[in-house]
Amino acid sequence: MSMTSEDLPSDFPAAVALKRRPAAGPWITAWRKLRRDRAAMAALGVLLLVLLLCLLATAYARHVAHTDPFVSNISGSFTLDGVTRPVLEPSTTGLGLGFTPIGPTWNINGYFLGADNQGRDVAARILYGGRNSLLIAGTSTLICLVLATVIGVVAGFMGGLVDAVLSRLLDVLWAFPIYLLAISLSIVLISKGFDIGPISITSGSLWLPIFIIGIVYVPYVARPIRGEVLSLKSSEFVLAAIGLGVPSLRILWKDVLPNVMTRVIVFVPIMIALNMLTESALSFLSIGVQAPDASWGTIIQDGQTMLYTRPIVALAPGLAIVITVLALNVLGDGVRDALDPKSKLRIGGA
Amino acid sequence: MKQSGWLRRGAAVAVLAMATAGAGLSPALADDAPHKGGVMRLVARSAAGTIDPQINYTLQYFQINYVLYDTLVTFKKVGGTDGFTMVPDLAESVPQPEDGGKTYTFKIRKGIKFSNGQELTVKDVVASYQRIFKISGPTSGTFYNGIVGADACLKTPATCTLAGGVVGDEAAGTVTFHLTQPDAEFFYKIAMPHAAIVPADTPAKDAGTTPIPGTGAYSIASYDPNKQLKLVRNPYFKEWSKDAQPEAYVDEIDYDFGLTDEAEVTAVQNGQADWMFDQPPSDRLAEIGTKYADQVHINTLMAMWYAPMNTNMAPFNDARVRQAVNYAIDRKALVDLFGGPVLGSPTCQILPPGFPGHEDYCPYTKNPGAKWTAPDLEKAKELVKASGTAGQKVSIVVEDTTVSRAIGVYLQSVLNSLGYDTSVKAISPNIQFTYIQNTNNKVQMSVSQWYQDYPAASDFLNILFSCAAFHPGSDASVNISGFCDKDVDAKIQKAMALAVTDQAGANKIWAEVDKDVTDKAPVAVFFTPKHVDFVSKRLGNFQFNPQFQWIVSQGWVK
Repeated sequence: MSMTSEDLPSDFPAAVALKRRPAAGPWITAWRKLRRDRAAMAALGVLLLVLLLCLLATAYARHVAHTDPFVSNISGSFTLDGVTRPVLEPSTTGLGLGFTPIGPTWNINGYFLGADNQGRDVAARILYGGRNSLLIAGTSTLICLVLATVIGVVAGFMGGLVDAVLSRLLDVLWAFPIYLLAISLSIVLISKGFDIGPISITSGSLWLPIFIIGIVYVPYVARPIRGEVLSLKSSEFVLAAIGLGVPSLRILWKDVLPNVMTRVIVFVPIMIALNMLTESALSFLSIGVQAPDASWGTIIQDGQTMLYTRPIVALAPGLAIVITVLALNVLGDGVRDALDPKSKLRIGGA
Repeated sequence: MKQSGWLRRGAAVAVLAMATAGAGLSPALADDAPHKGGVMRLVARSAAGTIDPQINYTLQYFQINYVLYDTLVTFKKVGGTDGFTMVPDLAESVPQPEDGGKTYTFKIRKGIKFSNGQELTVKDVVASYQRIFKISGPTSGTFYNGIVGADACLKTPATCTLAGGVVGDEAAGTVTFHLTQPDAEFFYKIAMPHAAIVPADTPAKDAGTTPIPGTGAYSIASYDPNKQLKLVRNPYFKEWSKDAQPEAYVDEIDYDFGLTDEAEVTAVQNGQADWMFDQPPSDRLAEIGTKYADQVHINTLMAMWYAPMNTNMAPFNDARVRQAVNYAIDRKALVDLFGGPVLGSPTCQILPPGFPGHEDYCPYTKNPGAKWTAPDLEKAKELVKASGTAGQKVSIVVEDTTVSRAIGVYLQSVLNSLGYDTSVKAISPNIQFTYIQNTNNKVQMSVSQWYQDYPAASDFLNILFSCAAFHPGSDASVNISGFCDKDVDAKIQKAMALAVTDQAGANKIWAEVDKDVTDKAPVAVFFTPKHVDFVSKRLGNFQFNPQFQWIVSQGWVK
């Protein structure tokens, strides 16, 4: 005999709870748990702030700093508090060798973080660069997760020859050190682009680093997903569905995929962080984002030649990467805890 | 030639420097008394490839090979413009031309020994010239192709004898050269390290890392391109001519590789190294120019930084576009990128100031005349509009170095402002120079440098802009723009022929050629660079020669 809330005395606490609060779905439960995780919420706040600032890059450059961060301004000058100074200040002591770009003015109306060796506003470039870094990291994560999920689910669920072939392909990809593979692909494709069939990517396109980064990490995500699918495949509810004659595609769509998605979502912030670091490394090596586009990696590279005179040009985008990646990792931990059924007891008991 | 980089099959090239030495900004160091002995440590980012003097074509090793090996005649090894003077080296004297400038007879000095103890003979001289062809030396087809028999040697190097071209007479101790036609630059060409005299039994293949005995003040004790080149005194060396090969001061030179240019500066500052080969990075210039001013030597180079534009590819196949680029670029800004006005002078023309045939000329400036004053962006935009090429894609190929990349980014900004859709490709300095020469790579525009091989206008105008210097599909096509103009070519030939008998008259024609080429704008010349040598406090007697740059053997350490 089964019992419902109707069968309970009306003043029974559990009955009140059951009547007033319909059972929440797993996503809402996870969100509620995530909201209670202060560190994760702080990280999310930081990420949203970074995103917002980067989205305001054009407005900042045009209407606040009044600068074009993609145009060289080597012979230009800048007026602040009634004083006009050259953007690149020539050395006037000793032998008069070299020049030093203007340092941080700490004034949002121009050269807040100073200029680079082309006389461009570093603050404006960091905002534009952040946009590209986030775009590349986000899009490549999407590509990576979609590919990895498809491969992992198909390999794990189909098993047999399909699993063997896909797994070996992943093994081959896995055999290459990630950065070596990414660098090799970038060097090959960066000068001539990519042109196969209907897919055509020009050499300077942002899609090149996006695809390269998206592809090299596929094995790292696909393998655990495959493992998860193998585990799900032998679970009671899947066996029951198979026993009841439910079609495979329906089982895949209704029973396996929803359970795998929690793991995929846990990967999102972690992969964005990883991809952002990879993009920065490639751009730093001149084989990622190409000029005149900027990313945090390319700005670090620009700053590398000014470490002795204007270290902030390299430090500022480096700090932006650190903050963003740290926030993504903290958020990733929070998301994992929120989606982990084993953490229910811990959070619930807290 | 290119300043650095490993040019395996370059056409004519080679670096040098114009000396204002002694003058310029070369402060005397504290201790002027000569010091013999000691070990001197030199540093460089990397080695420069093979140690074979007849093959290596880099400034880095030219500088070293000049003190390891000797040629029949050479440039005087002193600082200043006197360094362009031709003096006898292994020959007893600089011979007078015979047969209308087609024959030269050199009397070989006696008693000179190689570093292996073997005595230098006429046979070694003849064999060395044969070896230039047997190993297919990088300048065998450009510098030495005028020797009788060279054609056959170029076709079948392995059996090269230069029969009738280089004739030795052991009894008389002479070597006679026969040329197919008079060559006003013959002495310059045989003074290059590629014509170094090596033992006759030297294998006819690239020596790689195996030292070849020489007659210079030093010999190679060991060479590991990943680590160090060690030079010690040549035990058999006895100074026979202070002008040609003066005796060295330090006992040993350790040339270490593998440091970054930043680390090189720090090593010199700390006294851990005595000299750095590479130019100090831009962010250290102000520091060394202020705190270490007495350790800095600045000298003008006979060179140019420039942007070749492919005259056979759109949009640069339209002269108006090339001229527009010349009008639009702010040469002062480019000088700033190179290190400021102390290290470069804006220029519009091909021949550097002070070079034979140079006459001040700049049509691409706000007020056209002798000197560049300011860019003329309006004129540039008018020309681009007239050409109807705005909106086209342009790619600029630069070296992946700080300065080259910065110049590329600046040019990108300028071309974008003229209406083009421009991209910059930075590739390794090791391959960029050959890459931009090969027409198969379809390079539209690039950033490059050219340094004199020897002080003759032809080394710029003939080598870079003659039709003969354009070799489609080859990595050795230093006429990077693919510029070929029959009228200009005719004038080049005329100047070269006249130079044999009337150098002053030839220089006037070269000045015309310089103006013609500048007007047709196959390239955009940016500036004439200067060279910075940063040395340790203990290094004395720094002498900068226009041909060899710093004369390594003449430095002493305390």
